Amino acid sequence: MSGPLLEVANLGKRFGGFVALDGIDLSVARGERVGLIGPNGSGKSTLVNCICGTLANDTGLVSFDGERIDRLDTHERTRRGIARSFQLPRPFASLTVAENLLVPMLYAGNARAGARRSATELAARGADLLQLVGLADKAGHRPRDLTQVEMRKLELARAMAAEPRLLIADESMAGLSQVEVAEIVALLIALNERGVTIILIEHVMRAVMQFSQRLIVLVSGAKIADGAPDAVIRDPQVERAYLGQ
Amino acid sequence: MDVSIDLLINALVAGLLLGGFYAAVTIGVSISFGILDIVNIAHPAFIILGSYIAYMLNTRLGIDPIVASVVMMPAFYALGGLIYQIYHAAFERYGQESLRGLAFFFGLLFITEVVLILAFGIDYRYVAAPYIGPSLHLGVVDLPLRMLVPCLVSLSVFIGLQIFLSGTFTGRAIMAVAQDQLALRLMACSPTRIKRIAFAISIATASIAGALLIVIQPVEPSIGREYIGRVFAICVLGGLGSLPGTLIGAMVVGIVESLTSTFYGPSWAPAVAFGFLLLTLALRPAGLLGR
Amino acid sequence: MRSWVFFLICVAFAAGVFGGARLVGNDYAFFAGYVVLQFIVLAQAWNILGGYTGYVNFGSAAFFALGAYTAVFFHKFHPLPIPLLMLLGGSVSGLAGLGMGYLALRLRGAFFAIATLALAVVLQTLVVNWNYVGGARGAYVIRPESVWLIGNYVQYLFLLMLALAVLAITTARGIERSRLGYGFAAIRDDELAAEACGVPTLRLKLIATTLSGAFMGMAGAPFPYYIGYVQPAAAFGLDYAVNSIAMPMIGGTTTWIGPLVGAILVASLQQWATVTISSELGLLVVGLLLVGFVVVAPGGIVGLVRKHFPAASPGPRLGRESKTADAP
Repeated sequence: MSGPLLEVANLGKRFGGFVALDGIDLSVARGERVGLIGPNGSGKSTLVNCICGTLANDTGLVSFDGERIDRLDTHERTRRGIARSFQLPRPFASLTVAENLLVPMLYAGNARAGARRSATELAARGADLLQLVGLADKAGHRPRDLTQVEMRKLELARAMAAEPRLLIADESMAGLSQVEVAEIVALLIALNERGVTIILIEHVMRAVMQFSQRLIVLVSGAKIADGAPDAVIRDPQVERAYLGQ
Repeated sequence: MDVSIDLLINALVAGLLLGGFYAAVTIGVSISFGILDIVNIAHPAFIILGSYIAYMLNTRLGIDPIVASVVMMPAFYALGGLIYQIYHAAFERYGQESLRGLAFFFGLLFITEVVLILAFGIDYRYVAAPYIGPSLHLGVVDLPLRMLVPCLVSLSVFIGLQIFLSGTFTGRAIMAVAQDQLALRLMACSPTRIKRIAFAISIATASIAGALLIVIQPVEPSIGREYIGRVFAICVLGGLGSLPGTLIGAMVVGIVESLTSTFYGPSWAPAVAFGFLLLTLALRPAGLLGR
Repeated sequence: MRSWVFFLICVAFAAGVFGGARLVGNDYAFFAGYVVLQFIVLAQAWNILGGYTGYVNFGSAAFFALGAYTAVFFHKFHPLPIPLLMLLGGSVSGLAGLGMGYLALRLRGAFFAIATLALAVVLQTLVVNWNYVGGARGAYVIRPESVWLIGNYVQYLFLLMLALAVLAITTARGIERSRLGYGFAAIRDDELAAEACGVPTLRLKLIATTLSGAFMGMAGAPFPYYIGYVQPAAAFGLDYAVNSIAMPMIGGTTTWIGPLVGAILVASLQQWATVTISSELGLLVVGLLLVGFVVVAPGGIVGLVRKHFPAASPGPRLGRESKTADAP
């Protein structure tokens, strides 16, 4: 299998007169760890929404594993192996934490694996995931009982439960302590070593630098840098636009 | 089918007059649904309530129904404020408006109708006023005063509200609350208070709309149901949040209903508005002038 | 408990109910009981779309009436046995549900609800203008005197509705504990997130509207034979819409127990009110209860019980007993 896993070409999106994305090109190779940074309002979430199908792009195209996906519904993209966590957590409020993980396992995991899994297998997988993110003791609770931080972990766990080939983590670490940030980064790297390509969108620079093999910078809907993290950080354009704030 | 031009012109004029009246009926929902995003499907019930109150004041005290309704407006305003308080305390605060809010208003609609049936029975009620009966004749066109007067009153209410919403501070705050609650707070305005005022205004308009209704036609408690669809159809057709759009939508629906009624029979009229609604929702949900 | 075990228990219980009603010896038990059972079906049907999936249907009366008018149509065209009529009525209403879904399900919650109301009125207008089934004048349907094996025709209707109620309850419970049920719950809680989790939301919502419509149509098919005279104003009446919403909301919308409890309570209350005071007062009480519960106790009776007796809340559970997860 060759070629990039995710390919975005000339992606454009406007809201009325406001240009949120201005002809973005980027590609992500299989197994890569990509960091995506940019000031607030630079279009990061819009980009994620267009890749995942929550928003329809106006121009350009999105390809996943060689197949063009930007005309597909969100759930079909998820079934092909793209999962994302939401910046503002959106848990299923009437289900328990464990049941929240069941939904993607039943609808995304099952379909991708092509096999029916028994209830016990699903429960075991769910328990493993919760253990991994540190929510094992909250399995029977409702999301309203969770702290903000725990809800972010649930978001991440739910995205992982979909068994994605590409995971997009949208600002999962805001408000986490240094220890927790390190935990999540380690978790994501471990996931990556198991073959999951990951795009990390973050403001927590320490996490981004630790995690990324490649760094992309978005400012005002345009990509201004794309390369090795150390080089990108020192790019004067990036310093001016982003880090200089 | 022989289409006599006279008949066509009269049907069109009747449609315009009807549309003008429909604008008054709909403006309340334009505010509560279009601007405040509150699905008050009980609005027609308040209109019918207004009709019955106008009826009572007219038959017992001989007061002109429209005058009576203006006098009753403060009471309706207070009722609207009260309902909004309950709605806000029970649903809006928790962001669970959808299912429960709808059920709440549906319940109110139903309760109002049943109470009216218990109080007045299911016979048709009508009012007496000097302009019910005579017509103006302009050439081939018939202008029944019982349609013309409500149309004119309705348009004045419409214009008055438009001026209020764009000219006064409170009015502009109401328009703003739909779009930017934070900015409103920063200007030391409580969004809740503004919304309550807006909702109370919307119910107050029901008082007048009710009087206009009973001038145009006799009423009985279940008539409100026909209006649910009409009102939302006009709102959606005109575009939510746009008052001029509501007027245009009302005219369109009024004309089409009048033409349908004249050439195909009145039993098809209810389907017109609803059919419009479905078409609009399917094809152009933003409406004609919507955001 | 496995679904088929539950089904058998229900059947046994239902047999007991039927036997008990026969013991009472008064035909009124069957007349009143029929209405209660009919509402159990309507409440469960509504709840599949409303409670499980979160889409409020104000047009329940239309699906019920479509079932009834399917029966009227065949009665005039070529009379058929009632169970067959129920299947036909269910199919017609199921198709209507599917159609309504295609038209309305892309709309936001509030618009969907209004669209359902609009559709109900359009359907009613069509029926009112269709003279073959009587139009606005209504249609008379003469009930046969007796039927093979059971004898009394009203008892026969009661038995059919009892069977349908068992079917509705078992189906609702089955959905609740299945993969489909989780999909519905995800849609109800957060449709956007559900899509992101791979849930085919449109397809599931269409399943919900079709199932819901089909059950309502099946409940409507025997109605002309029960009541003898069908008129659009009554068949499409708002009280069906209100009851289908009030019963699950009063009983509790998240589980099959809610609509059952709500239906029995509210329908019995209305029957009692109709006999003692007036049917309008009964309707008023339903309206007041609906508003009251929605404002004060949104979880319904089931919710109240769970709050005070937490041990009694199982919640949806993927079938522990089954070897494989059910697929829709």
